Amino acid sequence: MEHKILQKNSPLERLYNGIIKENPTFVMMIGMCPTLAVTTSVINGIGMGLTTAVILTASNVMIAALRKCIPDGVRMPAYIGIVASFVTIVQFLLKAYLPDLNSSLGIYIPLIVVNCIILGRAEAFAGKNKVIPSLFDGIGMGLGFTLGLTCIAAFRELFGAGTLLGFQIMPAAYEPVNILIMAPGAFFVLAMLVALQNRIRSKSGKNTAGKESGCDKTGCAGCGNSACGGKM
Amino acid sequence: MSELLHVSSSPHIRSKATTSNIMLLVLIALLPATCFGIYLNGPYAAAIIAVSMIAAVGTEYLYEKLMHKKITVTDGSAAVTGLLLALNLPVSVPIWIPLIGSVFAILIVKQLFGGLGQNFMNPALAARCFLLISFASHMNDFSTNSWSANKIVDTVSGATPLAELKAGGTPLLTSMFAGTIKGTIGETSAAALLLGGIFLVVMKIIDLRIPLTYIGTFTVFYILFGGHGLDPYYIGAELCGGGLMLGAWFMATDYVTRPITRKGQYVYGIILGLLTGLFRIFGMSAEGVSYAIIFSNLLVPIIERCTRPSGFGINPQKGGKQA
Repeated sequence: MEHKILQKNSPLERLYNGIIKENPTFVMMIGMCPTLAVTTSVINGIGMGLTTAVILTASNVMIAALRKCIPDGVRMPAYIGIVASFVTIVQFLLKAYLPDLNSSLGIYIPLIVVNCIILGRAEAFAGKNKVIPSLFDGIGMGLGFTLGLTCIAAFRELFGAGTLLGFQIMPAAYEPVNILIMAPGAFFVLAMLVALQNRIRSKSGKNTAGKESGCDKTGCAGCGNSACGGKM
Repeated sequence: MSELLHVSSSPHIRSKATTSNIMLLVLIALLPATCFGIYLNGPYAAAIIAVSMIAAVGTEYLYEKLMHKKITVTDGSAAVTGLLLALNLPVSVPIWIPLIGSVFAILIVKQLFGGLGQNFMNPALAARCFLLISFASHMNDFSTNSWSANKIVDTVSGATPLAELKAGGTPLLTSMFAGTIKGTIGETSAAALLLGGIFLVVMKIIDLRIPLTYIGTFTVFYILFGGHGLDPYYIGAELCGGGLMLGAWFMATDYVTRPITRKGQYVYGIILGLLTGLFRIFGMSAEGVSYAIIFSNLLVPIIERCTRPSGFGINPQKGGKQA
């Protein structure tokens, strides 16, 4: 596989890791609150994803730069302080230049402060690594999140409203499935995309040595995948 | 000699009831309401029913085929789901509505959760609510077609008797009982549904616990909060109108999504009655049976945990599980 060749913590490896291997939305399943709430249209999905990506990158760099000055005991408040400053800056920028996006994302912009992805990357990566890898880790994770949100939003907008980026795509005879742009639709689409992603991943992973998804100790009875019957 | 050794493990006495003949009896019990629906609404209603049932059975077959699972379409549960869904649709819907609804019911609500016995919610009702939210204009269109126009006498455009009742009108009670009113294909005739319900009770497919507690609680709730007191006309109209009879006899008693314990079934019936009353009297729309049932379906695990009977010989006061 590609990522075996890529050197650990190289910029490319970090990008690959964030976008594909540990995609925050489809693989790690973190940051679910904005994922489910704002993906009603593609523009909201991209907006939320890029906003988070910018804040994540900036806070990753800042935290990595300050990692030796921040005492271990108070690292969480320190991280939150750093993230909150960037969120405030970005929100002011959005209010000034993209007021429509700002009003449609609403409360979810301030909530980025407590976004799992940002705190998770700070804790798992930026707090322990150098600035350059942390920068690319932030960009990779941010783009991965944007990709996830955009995919979900594209499905929901296309089938729930018949449009993409506000343009009518579906023929006029198509009746939008309204439920998809409501709350239940977010769960349906997310579940379907995660299932699809797992399917692709389990297929492409077959010829590699890693047998991560094999049977666990409890055997077939304890395993959720009843269809496999011990074949995997 | 070999016959002597031919011993199977317990249980030795088995019930003749199998999933497939229970489902067959449910289909037979739904026959009066189905026939009346077709008689009232014309051949297009038959087409909706056929599409819905074929789509439900077909989806189940295809999914199980593709997933290399045991094909279980012969047990009839998918056919029952398809029929119940069709009976819950107004006759004016375009033909793709039952198709999408059945696929949703079988694929998403039933099969993705593990097939028959694993679904946490009644598939037909979940699909109805899915359609109701997604395609509100079609699902609330109760206009008559050329076939039913001469059979439905008191025609007020666009409103079901329940909505009419809520708006202050007085639909004819006898036609509400007989079923010559507007509504979904299978819910209009309280008489036909009661007939099917009694058939199920006589055949011991269902017992009276859930339907009677449900209808009883709803009646008491309506007397207390409905604003018409003990007026028998309004009570009768609320009982015959809408999906209450279909829901109470056929949907709330679904084996998979009702509580398994006796006490739990009484609790379930009471919750159903309260919710239906709440939705009908205080809610925005005139009807609330389907939402009441799927909402109560979600409470079933909690109800079962709270009403678990204590095992024989276990003293409930001393450490054993309180019933």
